Amino acid sequence: MRLLLTSFLFNVLITHAAETDTTITHLSPRDTINTLHEVLVTATAPTVEVIPAQTLSGKELQQLNSNSIADALRYFAGVQVKDYGGVGGIKTVNIRSMGTNHTGVVYDGVELGNAQNGQIDLGQFSLDNIDGVSLYNGQKSQILQPAKDFGSAGSIYIRTRSPKFNPGETYHARLALRAGSFDLLNPSALVELKLTERISASLSAEWINSSGKYKFRYRRVNPAGELAYDTTATRQNGDINATRLELNFNGNLNMGYWRFKAYNYNSERGVPGAIVNNVWRRGERIWDTSSFIQGSYSQTFGRWTTLNNIKYAFYRTHYVNNDDKQIKIDNLYKQKEIYLSSANDLMLNSWWRASVSYDFMWNTLDADVYGFAKPDRFTNMLSIATAIDLGRFKFQGSALGTFIHDRLQGQEAPKDKHVLTPAAFASFDIYRGLAIRAFYKQSYRMPTFNDLYYADMGNSKLDPERVTQYNVGLIFTKSSRGFVSDMRFSADVYYNTVKDKIVAYPKGQQFRWTMLNLGRAHIKGIDITALTTFNPAKDLYVTLRAQYTFQQAIDVTNPADNYYRDQIPYIPRNSGAAVINIAWRKWNLNYSYIYVGERYNQQENIKYNYTQPWYTSDLSLSRDFNLGRVSMRALLEVNNLLSQDYDVILNYPMPKRNFRICLTAEI
Amino acid sequence: MNTKTIFLYFLPLLPAITSCREDQLVVPTEYEIIGDEAPDSPIRGFYLVNEGNMGSNKCTLDFYDYYTGLYSRNFYSERNPTVIKELGDVGNDIGIYGSKLYVVVNCSHKVEVMDAHSGIRLGQIDIPNCRYVRFHRGKAYVSSYVGPVLIDPDAPKGAVYEIDTTSMSVTRKVLVGYQPEEMEIIDDYMYVANSGGYRVPNYDNTVSVIQMIDFKQVRQIPVAINLHRVKKDRYKQLWVSSRGNYRGIHSCLCVLSQDNPYNKMECIDTIPVAVSNMAIRGDSLYYYATEWNEYAGANTISYGIIDVKTRQVISDNFITDGTERDITIPYGIAIHPVTGDIFVTDAKNYVSSGTLYCFDRNGRKKWSVRTGDIPAHIVFLNK
Repeated sequence: MRLLLTSFLFNVLITHAAETDTTITHLSPRDTINTLHEVLVTATAPTVEVIPAQTLSGKELQQLNSNSIADALRYFAGVQVKDYGGVGGIKTVNIRSMGTNHTGVVYDGVELGNAQNGQIDLGQFSLDNIDGVSLYNGQKSQILQPAKDFGSAGSIYIRTRSPKFNPGETYHARLALRAGSFDLLNPSALVELKLTERISASLSAEWINSSGKYKFRYRRVNPAGELAYDTTATRQNGDINATRLELNFNGNLNMGYWRFKAYNYNSERGVPGAIVNNVWRRGERIWDTSSFIQGSYSQTFGRWTTLNNIKYAFYRTHYVNNDDKQIKIDNLYKQKEIYLSSANDLMLNSWWRASVSYDFMWNTLDADVYGFAKPDRFTNMLSIATAIDLGRFKFQGSALGTFIHDRLQGQEAPKDKHVLTPAAFASFDIYRGLAIRAFYKQSYRMPTFNDLYYADMGNSKLDPERVTQYNVGLIFTKSSRGFVSDMRFSADVYYNTVKDKIVAYPKGQQFRWTMLNLGRAHIKGIDITALTTFNPAKDLYVTLRAQYTFQQAIDVTNPADNYYRDQIPYIPRNSGAAVINIAWRKWNLNYSYIYVGERYNQQENIKYNYTQPWYTSDLSLSRDFNLGRVSMRALLEVNNLLSQDYDVILNYPMPKRNFRICLTAEI
Repeated sequence: MNTKTIFLYFLPLLPAITSCREDQLVVPTEYEIIGDEAPDSPIRGFYLVNEGNMGSNKCTLDFYDYYTGLYSRNFYSERNPTVIKELGDVGNDIGIYGSKLYVVVNCSHKVEVMDAHSGIRLGQIDIPNCRYVRFHRGKAYVSSYVGPVLIDPDAPKGAVYEIDTTSMSVTRKVLVGYQPEEMEIIDDYMYVANSGGYRVPNYDNTVSVIQMIDFKQVRQIPVAINLHRVKKDRYKQLWVSSRGNYRGIHSCLCVLSQDNPYNKMECIDTIPVAVSNMAIRGDSLYYYATEWNEYAGANTISYGIIDVKTRQVISDNFITDGTERDITIPYGIAIHPVTGDIFVTDAKNYVSSGTLYCFDRNGRKKWSVRTGDIPAHIVFLNK
């Protein structure tokens, strides 16, 4: 039995005058900070962020032809999305080539966890209710945050929409219907209620159904240019049926707030699998349930601000392999998580703040897999941080200590693990909107339950995998009321090292593996982002955005390996994206282009592992209109306009040209 | 900065980062000069099948030609450019019978049939989860993990399929034990090693005996758990490897013989060596044994020789020049039928190119060559 377990741009389109909802993440000084929600996100955000951040607002996301959060992340520099294709296909992200497990994903202030394999499938998160997505390299530019938020090498913050009522309003309602290729049917509804002056509630519900069927094509020619084969087939077993329910209560306090969230996601998916010779259909299915409740409370008392989070999560994954020709698998995995966090920030004087955060987390995994040890884990995290703001010069420093204690059923647990990881960030405003910034950060990833205890393959002696990041960058921001209303440019160069990388290593006889702290990687990269908006005629706004990433990510594990100093798999040297958005009165036209350069699908950079570059053009057109009191929007999308046949992951073909329409009604 | 300049900054960006896709070419062959020529040998050359990691569709075929001393890597696609998605996913065995070359492609659920001299495809036989191929009296026999699905849907018994080598179609099949692996034929009886690998921890522990006349399983001989390899020697003994359960029960090598009054094949000896693979030439059984050492966190590998007559380990390192230190995971072994050269493949980490080593009969390295991913099974081609 073969056991190998098988893992933007900055803020963007401009807030034009016509825009109805505030683009909260926009960082220009003219942004006002007046709603509850914005306080959360940008209250302490300086004009120039100490830490490189890229953000897409909800409005931009709607125009970007994205099905899920993962699709939207392709517009961020330094991010590689692993996409196995289709609506239901697994999608994971890798920031600056450090590995998926080094990416933290924070949903409305609390990090999502997966103690089993450490990877979050971002394909599960739809964009329906999303107010903004931000990517931070290193960590968020805030010292008032949970200790866990200081831990990841890079983080994605997902913020859902929260109610904002104008005077006199007591409710909002929104209905949306998306439909299109792959037999997609995706209705969603949102109700927001103002319960009292200080308390509001919202309920959001969504259903996604798709057959996941799409045409894909494989074509080969011989060196003489003659056609060798050309075949088009339909992707099978990629269906999805999923529901999402989300209930929120938000309360406003004197100099503070509280919030409560209950979340439930249920899905049944087919696993389309690799397309190989003679196999065009597979029989694997996955049922996922993710449920969590979380609460936050934050308040400022004089110089002291406190932020407290609590969460209970339950994840259930049921995996079945029904393929007559293969081993029958029917496994049930259940994970539970309890999370408590208290972050406290003290303003020492007008330019100096310090914080202390403490997090406690308990995780357990129950799997009905033969030989699985049923582990549970206690994690304690303590962080201290400080921020200095001298106007033109800003500095942040933090240190995080993590202590892990595992218990196993009927087996001796490995010894406790602890890691200390420091980080330092600085920025200096050179001249009128031009700033230089730099950071150094150490981070780690703890071995997951699978790494440590998976039947036969796990190795309980694993140490944490470590990453060190160095980053220097320039950022330029300019806002004016003239022809060019906004401009932003950033360029960062970075050098990352990954050591004690946890890799699968052949063990004993015949396709058996174990996990070892064996890998080493060196990553040199450049991330460039640019944005400009201009206003060539009355009511006409044109926004251009571009993102370019260069990465040299090489494997330096062992000079004896035949892939020594080769580019690591699926990391292109060159990749980028460009978006042109034209807004005229109630019309909006968006063109986006994504380019991912040549890559290798295995460690060795030889022609047998070469994967062609791919680039897709997506187009969307929308119009707003009113039907009485109801404001409506109709959106038409064409994805992969030129119908390119490409694989992101070898043997996982992506869809050809496809369409989607979306109709939204809001009161 | 005026607007025009800004425009100019943006416009070249699109084409600048767009290095274009090209028509995707048929997977090309690579040639390497080895120089170990033997034009007068009755052996023309040998084929090596590289398994390729599961899901990668990188099962490839290499050929070494003793006439020219040229090693051709991954020649299948160039020889057969019209085959959609190439040779397939996870090769598992290779054999030559008559003028035909058979490659068992496990995860593509097929046996690929080619002309043995040209490598040109003649057809394929679909067999679900097929494992190994052997030949007997004009027929090919393929072990498969999948017998009928109906009997026990959770762990169906395996089967051996009979293929007519002329019509290239399945003629009969016989049910054997759970997840059968290698087979060997002695005197019109086929012996099949059953592993039960899908039934962990309830492994199978038997060798199935198939009477070839009427193609029926007549007996199951209890041997040891999780059986894998079967090789016969010239004394009609069967050498069967057991992989143990990777926990308390260790791997071993069992010897079966029918040298008893009832002329019944029975286990007569067990040698406590973790044999991963073996090849027999004359009285010498060459093997390599790989065992994971939990304390050292590394594999312990030995390359030994057993005298099949005395059933004693007579050497624990047939590689005599220290080359074994370069080998990460030995994965395949073959002996040149004429010269006695020993071939050992190194599968490295299973997801990168492996290496094929050629040693002379005294265990000194003659040459080595880069192969495809997981070089595993070798078959020699006669002139």
